Amino acid sequence: MHRVVITGQGAICALGRSAPAVMKAMAEGVCGIGSLDFQDVDRLSISIGGQIRDYAPEDHFSRQEITLYDKFTQFALLAAKEAMAQSGLTLDEDLAGEAGVVLGTAGGGLQTQDENYRSVYEAGKNRVHPFVVPRLMNNAAASHVSMRYNLQGPSFAVATACASSNHAMGQAFGLIRSGVSKVMLAGGSESMLCFGGIKAWEGLRVMSKDGCRPFSANRNGMVQGEGAAVFVFEEYEHAKARGAEILAEVIGFAMTSDASDIVMPNKKGAKRAIQGALKNAGVAPEEVGYINAHGTGTAANDKTECAAVREVFGAHADNLLISSTKSMHGHLIGGTGAVEMLACVMAVRDGIVAPTISYEEPDPECDLDVVPNEARNAKVGVALSNAFAFGGMNAVLAVRKI
Amino acid sequence: MTGAVKDKVVAIIAEQAVLEPNEVSMDATLEELGLDSLGLVEAIFAIEEQFDVSVPFNANDPSESEFDISNVSSMVSAVETLIANKGA
Repeated sequence: MHRVVITGQGAICALGRSAPAVMKAMAEGVCGIGSLDFQDVDRLSISIGGQIRDYAPEDHFSRQEITLYDKFTQFALLAAKEAMAQSGLTLDEDLAGEAGVVLGTAGGGLQTQDENYRSVYEAGKNRVHPFVVPRLMNNAAASHVSMRYNLQGPSFAVATACASSNHAMGQAFGLIRSGVSKVMLAGGSESMLCFGGIKAWEGLRVMSKDGCRPFSANRNGMVQGEGAAVFVFEEYEHAKARGAEILAEVIGFAMTSDASDIVMPNKKGAKRAIQGALKNAGVAPEEVGYINAHGTGTAANDKTECAAVREVFGAHADNLLISSTKSMHGHLIGGTGAVEMLACVMAVRDGIVAPTISYEEPDPECDLDVVPNEARNAKVGVALSNAFAFGGMNAVLAVRKI
Repeated sequence: MTGAVKDKVVAIIAEQAVLEPNEVSMDATLEELGLDSLGLVEAIFAIEEQFDVSVPFNANDPSESEFDISNVSSMVSAVETLIANKGA
């Protein structure tokens, strides 16, 4: 078995346009959630989200590129560019064959679908742009990243709703650990903040109209965000030999399926995923200092997640810190685990634990140290990142300081 | 008018609960009728479509929502209020 380390990271979301900017905002407890701004937003009952303000594709891409890139692809490419630059990797033909990319997304090119359905149904047009299909396909982001960096090994997209990024990073981890790949770009991206995207979520009646308050007794639902984060996962000896800066080590991953309900979370499935990640990492529960929670801010998720954590950690549940950074960047759905991995890296590398902001009232069913409102300095040996998706698909990653 | 609203709401709830309308008593709770959270959200959607109203309901906090789902009778009253306010 090979060891896997992170040698680069990049991000873009409502909290900032680079990984350091997002981490700084997390450490400062900045709220990136505000009024949504896009066509027909006045026809939505939900009007807040973690939108990337003043984002202009022309600032980053040529006209020809924009023709081919949905926003979820653009976000992924921007994050990948930052991650690759930080890693300092150059891929010769041998290494390129052992390098790939796995990205999570739930909606894929949803903006492209929304725009083109509007065009044929509402505007009555009978012709759409020839690149609609290559723009909207869920693997478009992963494909463009592979082309940009000449990654010729295993590459694919993963769609498991809100756990997509964690499943994607878990697959990348496994490919390096088992010796299939030397280098994997991994993470996820999402761009669901458009009329059709939010309208669909409204129907489920799980969205908050006024804010994301995970673990707080007065929480009333989730708030969506958008963006991407991409990491360079690299085989440890390879990274060491070239003198790369190592940000953290990925030490474990587990996935479980609730096999019970299409939307309601399940304590047993969550518990098994957390336990599985600890076992896979070979660490004792007491070694975990921080958990980046799934923490959506819905009534159901937060209490189920806290109960699962209590069952896994027993008395140690009162010693560890657990926070939901969704309170700051919103729920990036298929991209959320990737952005949240930044909080895990920050915890183990910098000893700074991101807070759960907008925390107002204690909830007896969420009676853990959720790092309310202000970041905390703490020595964290091992951090976990939880993701529990609609459809009962759970994925938990474990990282360690190196 | 009142009877008509009641019959339609009962029919909607009955359909979601996989019951005959005459098996839905006015003081029954949704739990007693076997309606789960998804069934409730579907029933609310059907009510909105049927009466062209917007139902203020958040699944995270049913007790705090303005739409009272304590039992079938309270739901019928809430729908009647929504219809009345629409005309106002």
